[in-house]
Amino acid sequence: MSSRDLILGRVRAALTDVPADDLPYERAVQRGYRQEHGERTLADTVDLLAENLADYRAIVHRTDEAGLPELLARLLAEHGTRSVLVPRGLPPHWLAASAAEQIQDRAEDTPRELDRIASVVTGCAVAVAETGTLVLDGGPDQGRRRITLVPDHHICVVRVPEQVVSSVPQALGRIDPTRPLTWISGPSATSDIELDRVEGVHGPRRLEVILAG
Amino acid sequence: MSDEKAPPPTHADAPPPALAEAPTPAPMPGDAPAFVGMPSFPRAARDAVRDTTLRANLRHATHTIRDKRAVAVAELDDWAALREAGRQIKDHTLRHLDRYLEQLEASVTAAGGTVHWAIDAEEANRIVADLVKATGETEVVKVKSMATQEIGLNEALADEGIHAYETDLAELIVQLGKDRPSHILVPAIHRNRDEIRDIFAREMSAWGRPAPEDLTDAPAALAEAARLHLREKFLRAKVGVSGANFMVAETGTLVVLESEGNGRMCLTLPETLISVVGIEKIVPTWRDLEVFLQTLPRSSTAERMNPYTSMWTGITDEDGPRSFHLVLIDNGRTDTLADEVGRQALRCIRCSACLNICPVYERAGGHAYGSVYPGPIGAILSPQLRGTGSEIDASLPYASSLCGACYDVCPVAIDIPEVLVHLRERVVEGGPVTRGGTKTVIRPARGHAAERAAMRAARWASTHPGVLRAGQRLASRTRRLHPRTLPGPGKAWTATRDLPPMPPEPFRDWWQRTNGGKDGLR
Amino acid sequence: MRVALFLTCVNDTLFPDTGRAVVTLLNRLGVDVDFPMGQTCCGQPQYNTGYRHQAEPLARRFADVFGEYDAIVTPSGSCGSMVRELYPRMGARARAEGRGDSLARAVAPVVPKTFELTEFLVDVLGVTDVGAYYPHTVTYHPTCHGLRGLRLADRPLRLLQAVKGLELRELPGAEECCGFGGTFAVKNADVSAAMGADKVRHAVSTGAEVLCAADNSCLTHIGGTMSRLRVGMRPVHLAEILASTEAEPLPWETQPQESRS
Repeated sequence: MSSRDLILGRVRAALTDVPADDLPYERAVQRGYRQEHGERTLADTVDLLAENLADYRAIVHRTDEAGLPELLARLLAEHGTRSVLVPRGLPPHWLAASAAEQIQDRAEDTPRELDRIASVVTGCAVAVAETGTLVLDGGPDQGRRRITLVPDHHICVVRVPEQVVSSVPQALGRIDPTRPLTWISGPSATSDIELDRVEGVHGPRRLEVILAG
Repeated sequence: MSDEKAPPPTHADAPPPALAEAPTPAPMPGDAPAFVGMPSFPRAARDAVRDTTLRANLRHATHTIRDKRAVAVAELDDWAALREAGRQIKDHTLRHLDRYLEQLEASVTAAGGTVHWAIDAEEANRIVADLVKATGETEVVKVKSMATQEIGLNEALADEGIHAYETDLAELIVQLGKDRPSHILVPAIHRNRDEIRDIFAREMSAWGRPAPEDLTDAPAALAEAARLHLREKFLRAKVGVSGANFMVAETGTLVVLESEGNGRMCLTLPETLISVVGIEKIVPTWRDLEVFLQTLPRSSTAERMNPYTSMWTGITDEDGPRSFHLVLIDNGRTDTLADEVGRQALRCIRCSACLNICPVYERAGGHAYGSVYPGPIGAILSPQLRGTGSEIDASLPYASSLCGACYDVCPVAIDIPEVLVHLRERVVEGGPVTRGGTKTVIRPARGHAAERAAMRAARWASTHPGVLRAGQRLASRTRRLHPRTLPGPGKAWTATRDLPPMPPEPFRDWWQRTNGGKDGLR
Repeated sequence: MRVALFLTCVNDTLFPDTGRAVVTLLNRLGVDVDFPMGQTCCGQPQYNTGYRHQAEPLARRFADVFGEYDAIVTPSGSCGSMVRELYPRMGARARAEGRGDSLARAVAPVVPKTFELTEFLVDVLGVTDVGAYYPHTVTYHPTCHGLRGLRLADRPLRLLQAVKGLELRELPGAEECCGFGGTFAVKNADVSAAMGADKVRHAVSTGAEVLCAADNSCLTHIGGTMSRLRVGMRPVHLAEILASTEAEPLPWETQPQESRS
C-alpha cells in the first residue's frame, strides 16, 4: 500500500466518531468577526494606511499623478541610485525625470546580477490600511517576486484611493490566489534577538511608499 | 523548632536568593543536537532554574513579547470572534481531513506541483534527500520550519552529503552554536545579544563569510552580519526547503509568514522548491486566511502584520522555482487525530503565544521539554506525536501548574490544561490509544504505584467520611509532633516551603461543638 | 433559600478559621448557612493528577450531599471550578466512553447552584460592602482557577475596596500563577518554588502587611514560602478579612498565632 493510501486510511480510521451528517463547512464556521474595523471615509482609510506603514518604518510620501516623476527622480537620487530595476509594465513616464539607468526585469538575469542593482520601483495590487500592508501579485507594474527582494531599496507606488482597502478580509477578496503573492508590511525585520524588533535583514532595508492620487 | 538556617529576605529586584545560588551552566549539547535520551522534565528544569543567565534571558524576552501581544490583540475588538472562527475552521478541517487532503493534492497537482506522502520522519527525509540528489546539488537553503526540525531533516541530509543552511536569524544562531532550539518562533530565545555576538564571531568563518572584525552586540549589527553571511548562499542556491503555515485546499496555495526576507529568498530564488508540511496545516478555503492572517502575526510577534508573507500556488512561468514538491507528513499526526480529546492539539498554528505567557516555560526554558516543540503546546504535542513511552514524554503532561494562561492566549482556543490532564490520565491509568495507526491498550507508566495507591486511599477515605474525620482528628491531636521537614515525596514541599500549622481541631468538630457557631465562635 | 457551605477538605482539615469566617460573614448578612456533615473532597486532586475514574465517585457523592440545597457556597476558586467546569466535562467523558448518562445526570443539578464566595456575595446577595473593618495594608493575588476558570474578574477587589480601614496595594504580575498547581508543587518542585519565590518577591515589593487570596491552597504555598524566606508578611484568606468588623474583629486575628514547637 502506498504511503498516500496508508495516511488517508489512518485519517479515516481516526475519525470514526465523526457522524456522516456532521455540520457542513458553511455551517460549521461562524464568521462573527468584522469585515473591517471601524467606519472610515476613503480619505481616512488612506491616512490610516500612511500611519500604519510609517509605524513599521516604511517611509511614506504623497503626491498626485503629475508629481510622480519628479518625486521618483528625487528619491532615487537621494538614495544615490545609479541603476534601477523596472518591471516590464511600469508606466514609462514614472521614471521619465530620473537620471538612473533603467534595467528591465528579465527572466534570464541571475540573482547575482540583481544584487548589483540599488533600487527597484514597482506598483502594487492592493494596500491594506489596518495593517499597513502592500500586496504584490506579479502584475505588469510589479514584476517577478525576486526584483522587490534582492535590491536593498524598494519604492512602491500605491494609487489612492482606488488600490486601498481597509482590512485583510477585503484584501483577500480583491486578489487572485493563483498568482504569486507577496505581502509586505514595512522593511525586512527580525525579532530574533531578545524578541525585540530590529529593521533590516535580508529583504530591502529601505521601503519607500508613494501614495499617488 | 528546627535550627535550620533560613535564607535572607528577598530584594525587590534581585532574583530570589534561595534560587540564585550555585549557577550551573545550561546543558550544552554536543556536536549532534538530539533529543533522544533526554532526562525527565523536572530534572532538566532544575538545571535551568539554577542558571541565572538563562532565566534572565527568558524572563526579559517573554515579558517583552507578552506585553506587546496584549496590546496588539486589544486593537481588535472582535478578537474573541476571530479566535472562535479559527477554532471552528481548524476543527472542521480535522474532522474531514481525508477529504481536504485529497482536494489539496488535486489542486497542487493541477497548479504544476508534485505531491509526496510520508508516513514518518524516515520516509520524509528519504523523499527530500532523493529530490535534492536528483537536482545534482549538494547544498540547500532552508527557511525555518518546525516540520523539518521535527523530522531531523538537516541531520538526515548531512548523512547523504547534502549541506542544509538555516537562514532564519535565530536558526542560524542555533546552527552556528551547535545548539538546540528552545522556542517555536525564536529558537535562540535562550541566548542574549552578548552570547550571539560571541557565536557569530567564533563560528561564521567555518561556514562561509566571517563576521565583521568589529562586530558589536547591537541587534542591528548582528542582523547585518547575518545578512552578509547568508547573502552569498542565497544568491547561489539552486534548491530551497521550506515548511508552510497554511495550505489552502480549494486553491492549492501555500502560505509562509516571516519577517526577515530569508523566506522570500528561499521560496523565490532557487530553481527547485521542496516544502515539507504536516497534514494538519490545511484550511479549506482561500477566505479562511482572513482569520489567520489577523490572528497569527498578533499572537506570535505582536505585529499587526509580519513584514513578509509569501503565497504561491504550484509554479508560475518565469517567476520563482521551476519545480515545486510538497511533502505531506504524518509522523504521529493521525495517531493524535484518533484521540477525541487530544485531537485539538492539531489546531495549533505555531504562534508560540502559549510559550511566551507560560510561567513554567519562563523558568524551565525550552530545552527541558526535550522536543522541538517546547512550552505548553509541546507538553501536549510531543507525548501525542511520540507516545508516552519515554521518560521525558511521560513527564511532559506534568510540566504545568494548570494555571490556564496558555488557553486564554491561544488564537485557536486549544484547551491545553484539558489535554494535559487527559494525558496525565494516559500516563497513570493507561488505556486505549492509537500508535502507528493501530488501536491498542497501553499499560500505566511505571513509577506511579505509590501515587496511585495514595489517590485510591484518598478517594476511599473521602467516600467514607468517618475515616476522613478520624484522620483529621488524629492529625490535629498529634500536631505538636509534626516534623518541620517531611521525608519522601513531602521533602519536595518542605525543601523551600514551611508547612502550615495544624489547627487544634478540624472545622467540622468546631461546627458540631458550637452548633454552627450559634453557641459562640470560640 | 437553603444555603450550604462547601468548605473543601483542605479548609476543613487545615484552615477551619476560614470556615468560621464564612459562617460569621454570611450570618451577618442574614444568610443561614448549613454545613452538611457528609461532605468530603470534590475529587480535584485525583482528577488533575490523571485519576479521573477515582474522582467520579467523589463527584457523585458531592451531588448527593449538596443536591437538596438552593445554593452551595465555597471559599475556593479551585474547588468551585472543579464542580462548575470539570464535573460536566467528566459526565461528557463518561458518555463518550460508552458509560451512559448517569454521571452527567447526577452532577447536572449541583453545577449551576455552586458559587465561589465572592460570586455568591456580589451576584446572588448583591452586596459589595459587607460591613467589614480591617485596618491593614493588603495586596490581592487572584488565583488562577478563580481568575481564568470561574472568571471572578474584579469581584474580590470590589469587596476588598469596600472594607473600612483597608488599604489596597496593587500586586505586580498579579495574574501570574504562584506555582502551587496541586501535585505540580512536588512533581516539579524546583519550578514551583521559583514561581513561588517570584510571587513573594512581588508581594513584598508592595510593602503590604497582608497577602490576600480567595483560595487557601495557593496561600499554603505562598505562605509557606513567605515563612521560609522570613519576609514578615502573612497570607490571609479573603473570607477572614470580610468577616472582620470593628465591633468584632475575628477572635483568631486578635490573638498571636500559636507557634509550633
